Amino acid sequence: MQKYSFRYFKEKIAESILLLSSLFTSIAVIFIIIFLFKEGYGLFNEKPIEKGYNLSIHPSNKLNNLTAKQIKLIFDRNVTNWKDLGGDDRKINLLTIEKMTDIYTKKELGEGFEYLSLKINEYVIKDSGVVAFFAEQFLDANFKGKKVLIDDNKIKDFITDKEWYPTASPAAQFGTLSLIMGTLWVSLGAILFALPFGLSAAIFLAEVSNPKLRNILKPLIELLAGIPSVVYGFFGLVVIVPFIQQLFNLPVGETALAGSLVLGIMALPTIITISEDALRTTPQSLKEASLALGATRWQTILKVTIPYSISGITAAVMLGMGRAIGETMAVLMVTGNAAVIPTSFLQPIRTIPATIAAELGEAPAGGIHFKALFALGIILFLITLIINLTVEFIKISKKSPRL
Amino acid sequence: MKVITKNVNLFYGDFQALKDINLEMEMNTVTALIGPSGCGKSTYLRLFNRMNDLIDNVKITGEVLIDGQNIYDKSTQVDELRKKIGMVFQKPNPFPKSIFENVAFGLRINGINDKIYIEETVKNSLIQAALWDEVKDKLKKSAFELSGGQQQRLCIARTLAIQPSIVLMDEPASALDPISTAKIEDLIYDLKKKYTIIIVTHNMQQAARISDKTAFFYMGELIEYDKTSKIFTKPEKEQTQNYVTGRFG
Amino acid sequence: MKRNNRLKEKIAFTIFSIVSFIIVIILFLIIAFIFVNGISVISWDFISKMPTDGMTGGGILPAIVGTLCLMLGSIVFSFPIGVLSGIFINEYLKDSIFKKFLSLMTNNLAGVPSIVFGLFGMSLFVNHLNFGDSIIAGSLTLGLLTLPVIITTTEEALKSVDNSVRIGSYALGASKLQTIKRVVLPIAYPNIITGLILSLSRVSGETAPILFTVAAYFLPRLPNSMFDQVMALPYHLYVLTTSGTNIEQSRPMAYGTALVLILIVLIFNLIANIIRKKLGQNVKMK
Repeated sequence: MQKYSFRYFKEKIAESILLLSSLFTSIAVIFIIIFLFKEGYGLFNEKPIEKGYNLSIHPSNKLNNLTAKQIKLIFDRNVTNWKDLGGDDRKINLLTIEKMTDIYTKKELGEGFEYLSLKINEYVIKDSGVVAFFAEQFLDANFKGKKVLIDDNKIKDFITDKEWYPTASPAAQFGTLSLIMGTLWVSLGAILFALPFGLSAAIFLAEVSNPKLRNILKPLIELLAGIPSVVYGFFGLVVIVPFIQQLFNLPVGETALAGSLVLGIMALPTIITISEDALRTTPQSLKEASLALGATRWQTILKVTIPYSISGITAAVMLGMGRAIGETMAVLMVTGNAAVIPTSFLQPIRTIPATIAAELGEAPAGGIHFKALFALGIILFLITLIINLTVEFIKISKKSPRL
Repeated sequence: MKVITKNVNLFYGDFQALKDINLEMEMNTVTALIGPSGCGKSTYLRLFNRMNDLIDNVKITGEVLIDGQNIYDKSTQVDELRKKIGMVFQKPNPFPKSIFENVAFGLRINGINDKIYIEETVKNSLIQAALWDEVKDKLKKSAFELSGGQQQRLCIARTLAIQPSIVLMDEPASALDPISTAKIEDLIYDLKKKYTIIIVTHNMQQAARISDKTAFFYMGELIEYDKTSKIFTKPEKEQTQNYVTGRFG
Repeated sequence: MKRNNRLKEKIAFTIFSIVSFIIVIILFLIIAFIFVNGISVISWDFISKMPTDGMTGGGILPAIVGTLCLMLGSIVFSFPIGVLSGIFINEYLKDSIFKKFLSLMTNNLAGVPSIVFGLFGMSLFVNHLNFGDSIIAGSLTLGLLTLPVIITTTEEALKSVDNSVRIGSYALGASKLQTIKRVVLPIAYPNIITGLILSLSRVSGETAPILFTVAAYFLPRLPNSMFDQVMALPYHLYVLTTSGTNIEQSRPMAYGTALVLILIVLIFNLIANIIRKKLGQNVKMK
């Protein structure tokens, strides 16, 4: 009897180990969510202005706070009068440390700039149109200027603003709309290209080709999925990009079109294999019934097989789209990475993954730029999560297909 | 008295597959379970080695006593029970291993490593299963190289190797050709000397040929249980009469 | 009418076959293009020497070694967990909400973009656990990425094992664990190994997850420990193509690196197919 309780014990231990292993993916997903939010959400508790810096205006200026966008307009000199921002009719006068060294002599500021803070104070009170940007270490003890209140970054602005200037000074711009649009635009283009091709190939493999040919073609198409994305990017860069540049006579060939073409090729295996599986689930009896009524094979495919497997085909398209949206390296290498809302496929474009890949290396850990890139990661994660959940939902509701 | 079933009810979810079965079987006999499809005879057979446990949502009440021990008692070790009660299935299901390893499987999982003992047992089991002469030169070959009938006898040998006291057979010849079937039937007749055999069969003649006693099941109930000769010549119940004469089922 | 339908069918099927062949031709074009341009670069020196002259000369040894380290490191982590997890899901769980939940999570993890794995790996392994940019941080990140692949191939492999052999084993008194170990796994393992090889091939080409967890721009030496940074083939290709010191002159090196990457993928796929065919045959039920 002893032996058996030991065996029972062994079985239980094994089962617990197996259970723990199976929880790993769930834990990983939860951890990914936690860490993305932990790093990324901090963006919305911070101001778009660098820490330790001060933005001040004349005490009589009736404005109290400025948005990041307004600050950028001011410092880019696109707005030169306070009235454009809702203030009095005064000319805006930018004051930076560099300007201080122009206005005042070295002697006035002191050998080690010991009088700098004093002089800033003096200048800010003198000029009613002033806006001064300087490090807090130069803040005078009885500074008379009015410190501008700057709002924390807002989620709404993050999603709806177009301007992505994460390192702009004094106020960084974290509008991701053009990146989101760029991502969707390129992916949509990829699907437009990959869907007709992929579906045709899937129908060919599932319904037309003889098994022998299929056994040759299928592994080749799967091989297409195995080629690393950086190799696709490389191929796109040395072949497709110059080709597009010449074909359309463009200044640069790195365009949304190049991205879509490369992504389309990359999405093909996903679309083909999943659609083919879906087409194959159509019961033979249904197809035979259609053929027995005198329909041709093509009519049967069109009227029976495709309608029967439409949910699977939809899932294939969604997953292909998901793959395209998340793809990083190939896109990074061929799309030119201009952060503007696309209006044409012949423009450079920038996607979310490419932005993260290109900028994270230069963003100091813990800074707002770093956090903004994680926030971009959240957006990307959510988009693909929604796609995956939709696919799962399609799979579940597929139970009763209708023709 | 060896195998006793007392007031057994079995439910698959809401469906009652066995209704209040009471039956006693004796040692070293062959008992045939007959009845139309879905009558509960296979379910009943699987009671004895608790194979029904593998199905979800099964509820069993009553007692199944083997050697006076209720096998549905909490203290029963199911794997230990299954070693004492062998089972042969409808379709031969050899493991994708060599012929030798198939028969040795039951010994190895019991932690037996003695090479000589294993070789002896494998040989004896194959001899008992009337397969030895056909396979003695190719013990290392894959079991899948055997014909269907040989595979089924291999599965019987595999079962005998762990020296069970009872052998359950679930339509063991239904997937086989007539010649293989005849061989299996001869084998069952021989095995009776050493083992208690309970066999489910669809084949009336087979039941008549090989069994000592026959139990007729219908809609989850045990209709009649008696000597085989009596069941097939003058059964008590009309339903039994109708079934064995082929009027339904 | 009838003839019209026939014609339509003929046209449709012709288009489908042409499209299918175009896709295969694209594949061949990519491979051939890199092969033709890269083959002249490949030499013993190329795969056994350190890069020199601002990555326009020498070889790519550290990148090859780095990628091998990452392949090994990630699989050491994800293979056992993935296989155990696949076993649990397929052999122990009955159809239940929990099983659905686990497969949902596995699919979700499979759908997470590789750059997000990079972000996660950087945050957890590099920064929070303080591994720094290291082989271990990169391996864990890549391991997580391949986990769903291994789980699903294991599940598929186990599903294809005929249930009658499980029942046969139980009937002989084997316990669940014994049945899995002695009957189910021996039948399923060729397909499990196939999954392992394909995920190794995938690890060899992934770039985004290693950008911020391990990959070094230029590091002409071999790693000493798993806390070292390494170069890696896919990142090296990226660097040579887009941000090297002299892109024009390092182009041949880029072709060579791309060819090595493609060869790894081709060889691994070939091995996987051979295993699937050869070992699969032995256990095929008649």
